[in-house]
Order: sequence, then structure tokens, then C-alpha cells
Amino acid sequence: MDAQACPVNQRFWTPGVVVLAFLMAAGAVAIVARFVGGIGYVSNLSNARPWGIWVGIDVASGVALAAGGFTTGFLAHIAGRHYYEPIVRPALLTAMLGYTFVVLGLIIDIGRSWAIWKPMIFHNTNSVLFEVAMCVMFYLNVLYLEFAPIVVERYKGRVRLPGLLAIFNGPAEALLSLADAVLPKIMWILIIAGVVLSCMHQSSLGSLMLIAPTKIHPLWYTPILPLLFLTSAIAVGYPMVVFETTIITSSLKRDGEMHILASLTRITIFLLGFYMVLKVGDMVVRGTYVYLLDGTAQTNSFLVELILGVIVPWVMLLCPAVRRSRRALFIACTMIVGGVLLNRINVFIVGFTSRLSDGSYFPSVSEILVTVGLISGLMFIYRVLVTYLPVLSGAHQEVSS
Amino acid sequence: MRLNRRGFFKVVGAAGVAVAGTGQNAGAWHSKAPKDPYGCLVDLTRCIGCRKCEEACNRVNRLPPPELPFDDPTVLDTRRRPTDKAYTVVNRYYTGKLDERSKLVPTFVKIQCMHCQDPACVSACIVGALTKKENGAVHYDVGKCIGCRYCMVACPFEIPAYEYYDPITPRVMKCTFCYERISKQGGLPGCAEICPVEALTFGKRSTLLEVARKRIKQDPARYLDHIYGEKELGGTSWMYISGEPFESVGFRPLPAEPIPRLTETIQHSLFSYLWSPALLFALLGGLMWSTHKKQNTSEKGGES
Repeated sequence: MDAQACPVNQRFWTPGVVVLAFLMAAGAVAIVARFVGGIGYVSNLSNARPWGIWVGIDVASGVALAAGGFTTGFLAHIAGRHYYEPIVRPALLTAMLGYTFVVLGLIIDIGRSWAIWKPMIFHNTNSVLFEVAMCVMFYLNVLYLEFAPIVVERYKGRVRLPGLLAIFNGPAEALLSLADAVLPKIMWILIIAGVVLSCMHQSSLGSLMLIAPTKIHPLWYTPILPLLFLTSAIAVGYPMVVFETTIITSSLKRDGEMHILASLTRITIFLLGFYMVLKVGDMVVRGTYVYLLDGTAQTNSFLVELILGVIVPWVMLLCPAVRRSRRALFIACTMIVGGVLLNRINVFIVGFTSRLSDGSYFPSVSEILVTVGLISGLMFIYRVLVTYLPVLSGAHQEVSS
Repeated sequence: MRLNRRGFFKVVGAAGVAVAGTGQNAGAWHSKAPKDPYGCLVDLTRCIGCRKCEEACNRVNRLPPPELPFDDPTVLDTRRRPTDKAYTVVNRYYTGKLDERSKLVPTFVKIQCMHCQDPACVSACIVGALTKKENGAVHYDVGKCIGCRYCMVACPFEIPAYEYYDPITPRVMKCTFCYERISKQGGLPGCAEICPVEALTFGKRSTLLEVARKRIKQDPARYLDHIYGEKELGGTSWMYISGEPFESVGFRPLPAEPIPRLTETIQHSLFSYLWSPALLFALLGGLMWSTHKKQNTSEKGGES
């Protein structure tokens, strides 16, 4: 069964898209302010609190929630479950845009944005961040190459650039032909490399905070934090696909791939269950459950993350009735996505304390605007790309199958 | 580019990653601390809070002038931290100790970069802009820095400060241990040179430990039997002796374990020679090949 993906042919400027454009503009103003007045001018970051939501949400959570790309790629292309083909392209597009915006977020967050290339020359292999940076860089390129065939499929032999740009028709055409000739031969390498690179940096993002044993709350500071990050990223991959597919299909009034989504969540029961066992087991082994009822903001945030973000949705997915209901499935998957998002925020922000200096932190309005603007930009470009490229599967797919 | 003696990998080609490693078995972590570094011993029982060290630091490092002059005593009324404009600050603590006229006795504590023997910031730095020098200084090379501020996340003493209001070329600012000055024969850090009461003693770390032990032994009533920085986090180049419990004058109890040990052990045991990514690549390749082979045969079987 081959699901035919095709461009979306619908009115573009819906009220939702207008709101996105408005949020993007607000974010753009905050970004300009950051590059005029400095990070201190727009953010509440301090010497005691060097990382805020730009790292905790834009980068760490962005990477985690883009995990749908490699998990669906694995399922459909490595494990050979072609049944899942219709969701591979949307998940790939999300991952590609997700990582692009991770890098944009980094460019805004690091003090010397123009120096972002320097880790390619100056290596510190002791640094976890160095490994993460190298993996993200390579994986972003892998994602672009994995996505390229979709552009080839749509435009090869049909390049018609408008106006003066028409002089580039020839070179663009040649580039597409080259991609078409080379990419299919090396695609298997790219697909496997995508999974390998993802496993490397998804786990290493967890190792990042192990360099600060005196600052991270014991509920999160565990030597198996890299394993927890990897397993949670793998577990959140399919729920994220369900989450976004449901939003897209209902906002674009297309048929949801309900049968595919339901079977995806059956796999999720195992993946999320594995993460849950590790997380609870780690708490029991290290004896950190003693903190659970101390009523601090950090502990409460942990409880929300574990109960509402992991245990409750896992129990929900166990019920066949939930997996059959579009609405209930969406709620469960949203909770899982929210749980992983909250976990990354907890590890990077809530669980981080500085005992010697005043490290209280809440993001400033401008900081939030930058983050919201970037996310809106991602969604906007997604909407643009599915308009021109064959990403989403055809409207009548579910009926015909 | 400097070769890391414990092995490093190099990225080759555009599509993939290949291995070019040198070095030993990365499984066992070992300290990279310099053998015979310089250090500085701070005797909190001697410090009178004159802040001459702050003034000297400001001068030799050409830092901007302070808001309040260095001889303004009201500065000590607030608890301060080092900033991007001041590498070192002196704070005043009242621990409850009284003198013979029942007046509270202050304890003054100078803080600055501790120049750890196995610094977390050096291990964390993505580009190796921070290095531990043979003479003991933790040195910052702004030419490599990208401004990720991971060093600030890593530092257990919360020392590195950032020029948050510079939009394009901000720097990490912290005590340099007067690297250039102490690299010269007989050179002293600005603060240690000026201290009028010899509360700061500069010298080889091993010598300073002997000095500290001798002082504690000769006057056990004056000192606690604890040299802060001798063992903390595997040792620091700056060390303190005190008559008041360290926790009551702004120090935290810290384990003897060097901070980089855990992350470096994880990184090198997983990624030395990229063995685990290579293995995973091979496993996935095998799986992909076998599923495709199976599907091809079943398709052919269906056609015939």
C-alpha cells in the first residue's frame, strides 16, 4: 500500500495562520532587541542562572519533540513496516524544521552567535556539549538530505522560478537531477545515520547537566539521566506524531490516519512503559522518594511530570476504548508530549539551583516572545511547505484503504 | 589544533563520521591536574577587610572603576558576588563570635575563581577555550569562546560572570590568577602582592599546604583543622584556613570527587573510537538488509 502524498490545496491565510504571523512579528522584535542591547537587555538570565528557556525549551525540548523523525524512519524503513509510510513525511518535516529552529534558538542564545562554527575547528572531546553540537550539526544535514527527494518529486523537470530568478532555472534543475541521481543510492546510509546520530545526542543531552552535581535537584540528578533522556525521546516520538497529525488533519479538515495512529500508540505502551519503569526504579534505587511529599515547587513539578505526564497517559493507552477514540487518543498523547516537555524544563530550569548566589529565575516577556516567535515560525513554515510540497497524504486515503 | 592525550575523534567527510583516535584505554578516568602548580592560601583569621586586594585586582586587570570607591566601608554591608566588572570581592560575615568587650567580631572572606585542579568548566567548555595551565591558572581564551555559558552552568563555585549587555562580543569574566604576572619569575598575583596583613600567601600549592598545616598545628585554638580546597572536588589552587566553620562564612561542603569524572567516564566509555555508534550502525544496517530481503522474496513469491 503506497499512500500518495500531495500538496495541500486550501486557503492559506486562515485566522490561525494570521495569529502565527503576528506572534512571529512579536518574536522578531524581541530578537532584534537581543542583538542590539545584548542578552541581558531582553532576558532575566544572570551569572547564577546562565541557561533559561532558550536552552530548556527551544533547544532541549525542541530536540526531544523532534524525535518523531527518527522513530518513524526506523519503523517504516529499517524495520520495514511500510504500513506506516503516510506518517513518515510529516514526521520528517517536523524533525527537519524542529532541528532548524533548535539551531536558530542556539544562535540567539549563545553570546557570540557569529562564532557558532568554532566547535568544528576547536574540539574538546571531554565536553558533552561538543558531542551534542557535532551530532546536531550532522543530523540537521542528514535531515535536509532525507527531505530532498520530496522536493525532487515535486519540482524535477518543472522548475519555473518567477521573474528575474528565472536565470537560475537551469542550475536549480541540474541540482535536482543530481539529487535524484545520487540520493536514492545513499538513502539507506542517511536513514541509519539519522537513527544513530539521534540516539547519540538524545542521550547526551541528558549527560549535559551531570556536570553540575551540586546544582541539580536529586530527583533528577542521576547517573542514568542520559538513558532516561534517550528512552523518553524514543517514547515521545509516536505520541508527538499523533499530536501533530491530529492537529493538522483537524485544522486542514482532512481525514485522520486513525488506523495508523492507533497502532502507533500500541507500540507506545511498551516504549513509555519502559521509560516509566526506569524512572520509577531509579527513584526507588536512589531513595529520592523521600523528597516527594516535601511540598516544594521542584518536587511538585516532578510529581506533575511523573503522574500526569507518564503514568496517567500510560494507563489511558492501555484501554482499547481510548485508542479507538480520536479525542481520547489525542488527550493521552498530548499529556505524554507535555510530560517530556516538562521533564526537559525541570532538568534544565526548575531543578537547577544556585546556593551561593541569588539564582531565582522566571523568563522575561521578551524571552517568552522569542520562544513563542520561534515556535510560531516553525508552524508557519510547516504550513507553507505542505502547501507546495507533497508531504501530507491525500485526503481520501482512509476511504480508499 | 592540540591533540588530546586521552584520545580524540575527528570528523571526516560530509556524510559520515570516521575515526582517527590516539591514546590509551579511556575506560579508567584519571586526573589531568598539573603536578606542581602554584596556589594561594587565604588565612581568614588575618583578613581585616581593607579591600586593597579588590583595588589591586581592578588595577592590574584594567577593569572599569567601581560605583563606590574601594575605601567606602558601606560596600561591605551587602553580600556580593564576583561580576563581569570585579573578579574578586570581599564579604563580611558575623558568625556570633564575640571579642573581650562582647562586640561581634567580623570575619572577612575574599572570593574569586578557585582555580580547581580538575575544573568542571574546563571539562565542559565546548571549544576548549578554558584550560588548566601547568602553573595552576584556569585560563580563558576569548578567541575560541562561542558564549554558550556551559562553564557557568558547570562551575560549583558559581564564579564565571558574563558580559550580558554586550550584544556581539561578550566575554566570560573571571579571575585569571594573573596568569601573565605569575608566569614571570617571582611574579605575584595583584591581590597577593598588595595584601598588607599577609592574609594571602602565594606559592607552590604543596608548600602552601605545609604552611597551612604548620599554622593550624602551632595555634589549634585559632584555627579549625580543615584546609578548604585541599581535598574539595579533588583539590583547588586557592585554599582557605579559618577560625570559624566554613559553612558559616559562605562556603559549601563539597565532596572530594572531581566533578568531571562522571561525565568524562560516560562520554569516553561510550564514544571512544566511536565504537558504540559504529556498532549501532552495523546492527541497524543488518536489520534493514534482512527486512528488505524478506520483503523482496515474499513479493517475488507472490508474483510467480
